[in-house]
Amino acid sequence: MLNLDQIAQDAAAAFAATDDPDTLEQIKARYLGKSGQITELLKGMAKLSPEEKKSTGAAINRAKESIEAALTARREAIRKQALEARLAGEALDITLPGRGETRGGLHPVTRTLERIEALFHSIGFEVADGPEIEADFQNFTALNTPEDHPARSMHDTFYLLDENGKVAEDILLRTHTSPIQVRYMQAHVAKYAHLETMPEIRVIAPGRVYRVDSDATHSPMFHQVEGLWIGENVSFADLKGVVADFLRRFFESDDLQVRFRPSFFPFTEPSAEIDVAFMSGALKGRWLEIAGCGMVHPNVLRHVGIDPEKYIGFAFGMGPDRLTMLRYGVNDLRLFFDGDLRFLRQFV
Amino acid sequence: MKFSESWLRTFVNPAVSGKDFSHLLTMAGLEVEEEDTVAPAFDGVIVAEVLDVTKHPDADRLNVCRVNIGDSEIRQIVCGAPNVAPGLKVPCALPGAALPGDFKIRIAKVRGIESSGMLCSAKELGISDDASGLLVLPSDAPVGESIRHYLDLDDRLLTLKLTPNRADCLSLTGIAREVSALTNTPANYPQIDTIPATTAAQRTIILDAPDACPLYCGRVISDVDAKAATPEWMRRRLERSGLRSISALVDITNYVMLELGQPLHAFDNAKLNGAIHARLAKKGERIQLLNEQSLELQDDVLLIADDQRPVAVAGIMGGDESGISLETTEMFLESAFFAPKAIAGRARRYGFGSDASHRFERGVDFGGTRQALERATQLILQICGGLAGPLCEAQATLPSRTPVRLRLARAVKVLGVAFAPEEVADIFSRLGFSFVREENDFIVTPPSYRFDIEIEEDLIEEIARLHGYDSIPSPAPQARLAMLPQTENARPVSRVRQILANRGFQEVVNFAFVDDSWEKDFASNDAPIRLANPIASQMGVMRSTLIGGLVSNVLTNLKRKQNRVRLFETGRCFIRDSQGGPVKGFRQPWKLAGIAYGSACPEQWGTPDRAIDFYDLKGDIEQLLAPVTARYEKFSHPALHPGRSARIVVNGTAIGILGELHPQWAQKYDLPIAPVVFELDLEALTYAQIPKYAEVSKQPSAYRDLAIVVDQKLELQSLLDGIAANCPAIVKEVKLFDIYTGKGIDQGKKSLAFRIVMQDTQRTLQDAEVDAATQQLITYLNQSFAAQLRV
Repeated sequence: MLNLDQIAQDAAAAFAATDDPDTLEQIKARYLGKSGQITELLKGMAKLSPEEKKSTGAAINRAKESIEAALTARREAIRKQALEARLAGEALDITLPGRGETRGGLHPVTRTLERIEALFHSIGFEVADGPEIEADFQNFTALNTPEDHPARSMHDTFYLLDENGKVAEDILLRTHTSPIQVRYMQAHVAKYAHLETMPEIRVIAPGRVYRVDSDATHSPMFHQVEGLWIGENVSFADLKGVVADFLRRFFESDDLQVRFRPSFFPFTEPSAEIDVAFMSGALKGRWLEIAGCGMVHPNVLRHVGIDPEKYIGFAFGMGPDRLTMLRYGVNDLRLFFDGDLRFLRQFV
Repeated sequence: MKFSESWLRTFVNPAVSGKDFSHLLTMAGLEVEEEDTVAPAFDGVIVAEVLDVTKHPDADRLNVCRVNIGDSEIRQIVCGAPNVAPGLKVPCALPGAALPGDFKIRIAKVRGIESSGMLCSAKELGISDDASGLLVLPSDAPVGESIRHYLDLDDRLLTLKLTPNRADCLSLTGIAREVSALTNTPANYPQIDTIPATTAAQRTIILDAPDACPLYCGRVISDVDAKAATPEWMRRRLERSGLRSISALVDITNYVMLELGQPLHAFDNAKLNGAIHARLAKKGERIQLLNEQSLELQDDVLLIADDQRPVAVAGIMGGDESGISLETTEMFLESAFFAPKAIAGRARRYGFGSDASHRFERGVDFGGTRQALERATQLILQICGGLAGPLCEAQATLPSRTPVRLRLARAVKVLGVAFAPEEVADIFSRLGFSFVREENDFIVTPPSYRFDIEIEEDLIEEIARLHGYDSIPSPAPQARLAMLPQTENARPVSRVRQILANRGFQEVVNFAFVDDSWEKDFASNDAPIRLANPIASQMGVMRSTLIGGLVSNVLTNLKRKQNRVRLFETGRCFIRDSQGGPVKGFRQPWKLAGIAYGSACPEQWGTPDRAIDFYDLKGDIEQLLAPVTARYEKFSHPALHPGRSARIVVNGTAIGILGELHPQWAQKYDLPIAPVVFELDLEALTYAQIPKYAEVSKQPSAYRDLAIVVDQKLELQSLLDGIAANCPAIVKEVKLFDIYTGKGIDQGKKSLAFRIVMQDTQRTLQDAEVDAATQQLITYLNQSFAAQLRV
């Protein structure tokens, strides 16, 4: 029986000696094929007595099983090896850059406007829009700005020529977003004329505005956001609450200092200028003018058909360009209007 | 309004000082815009007297001085200043002194001679740039006194940025009044006496325009010495308020203006003829002003005239001819009230302004007109001598101060603070407002110096100011909750922008006023909306298209070596249109425009490089519009290549254009290759379809591929339209997947390959049906478009 063990050992050694699947199958034939050694031994069993058949048969079968097991293991090992070799061959330099379009981005001021809209939307402010070529009435008169106010001069306000080349006196480029306030209130009053008490007005109006001014800190076109809340019981304290809340959320800084100090605008009374001061960063501790605001002047309410005895409220106007500069540390207003990709790509 | 704090403190001297004092003013609405010191920090400098001067034995330019500093010891000091002389009073820095620039004074030997200190120039003390010699002090300067104290160098100069409603604070006494109210500190104002007449000289005053000038006071002062020197204290106060000392008489009028807020004017009485008139100018009347400007007047300008000619533009500036000079011996001094409406805007119309017009157009206290005249007379007699004539005066109806009712409940409602009536009463008293109470109502009569208290809200603001804006709480406001509408069939512009950004476009913002030529080139617009007062000629017209700005942005970026540029902008465009609104005569549509220049794809190791073309941007627009599909029609547009431009049509409405920039503009604007641009009406993009479910077929689809040869010029769209109208019902989709010209296809022809997808919702299609439908299509294409099946 030593012979059988020897055969199984030889077969296992022969299997192990090859890496090639075809050679492996040829070796297999030498043992298990039609005239393989094991097959021959099994054929020789016919001559044996039943007792011998039993014991010898069992021994041959053990040897056969052992050889088959060695074969299966070797097949599996060779397959694995081949797969590994293939995978290794297929490996990529995964550090090479990817393919396809790169992302563009929004203008930084748009980014700011969208954040402003979202913040105010969260406390129920809608967004309104209005024309940029505006009537003198909406831009000035309805906002209680008298005829001889300095802002109404060609020194500060862009006026247009009519078709005959003459200065059109009642048409201008809006100098602020406040006329949107006027138009919105007029529409609101008309819409709810049938109700005894009109619903509250809560609206913000972002937009581009124009003033005759151009230097490092002034652009002849810039952005403004107007806010307006009119209701039966809206106070100056509410104004302070809303604007301070907004500024802290916008700058994501709970310790942002916000102060309101008396100021003057023809369309609000009382009026205030709003300053902020950061508690850290390059501008730490400096008061920065950020917005103007106040309680809507009764004359403005009357101009749009709202009874100032019944309804009161506040308005504010702020500069998203400046908010953007403070938020992202931009130091030159002119960059916003220059279209320079090296600047704009930083806001993707 | 610039002023010296120490001058202010002669009127009111609250315990608060320095930064806290500035903060107090700022928080009361008198914003402190600038704070300056008179001199930088230094110490150890006193007033000294030079006793004698001898030449330094070893140095030509140096002198050895013996100096008295007010104690028993005489000091020896070496001095190099050219103007040193015995008897001069000069600043002397003693050993131990620290001068500006961290310059320490010690006892030292200068060329072998011991020097115990340094005599100083103004520059060495940091007071001015004058380094030409020692700062010579007046002969009565007290020897030994600290120079800081003697020259009041610890004074602070404050500049207020006053809002136009607070003209009452355009004077020292006005600010003092305010500070007194804010700090509850008593104020002392200058003692002003009625000056008795010592000469009979006078002039008649006639108010021809009593609304514009309801009060005019004047006085002749004879035998004045116009060459008298302005006293040092007055000169110092004027200079620290930003006014140059000119001559005693001019200085006095300026001083009284700063002190009391009343602008004055001094005429040379010898140059006046007859009565003084306050009248409106005749149209075309001329006057030469003190600033040598010659004006041609309009008839809404208030004049001061004598019997013969205008002598001053009232409240703005005096005439050149009638003004005082150093030769004047008899003057006529004017103190008048001119109504703000009569002055406002006039000076600006002629391109200048003055301290007087600045005050009159905002409102000068008509309760102090006479007082100011008396005060100026008093100072003139004191400084220039002379004899005062009687006060001449004409008065019509002065502005009335209508009582304003303040309801406490209203103030509480507006401010959101529960005020007690006593607090309000206290605030009004501190402000010097007279009032009567009717229970919780206050009927307030504003003082003559306040032009800004007309309605209840004005009083409410005063309450808030004196209470302190900082002391008003800022709670989170309360309101009834109601959800805002969320219209699903409106797509917010933010999403439109985001789609473009995700497809590689960067948003820009350009000015709405553009160069004339952009409008001509990119919109064929020969009559653009023109600005009356542009800041630059290349920003002279309002844009009717966004394309110009984008082309210019590409150029800017190419110059900065950015070779692949994809940009978009949303903005209003402006078109004159008699039907337009809401501002009559103008349409102001929002547009969205984009531009792409350079490679179709970002440069990459594994993507072949190719220039961007029409179809790249068409793909972007298709995605922008999805799920809406637009039709693209051949269209000629001034900005675009005529063979490579399209009009984009959705549901029969043109919503925009797409195309390659016309080669002539690419050339003109220095673009090596033509970019592809598009411009769409933004409103059309903000519409969104609300999805509607359609049943998904369970039956399998079949398809056939079909290649046909047609005329090269045949547009795909007409073919697709024809198929859509004529194909069998089972054809669900016809998709072009290949175009071929060249070998095997005749000149002037092209081969188009389509995949025809067929399906029936109810049953599985048989091969025979599919083949029949395909054959039907082939026949149709052959008959309608002379299409040949390609084999």
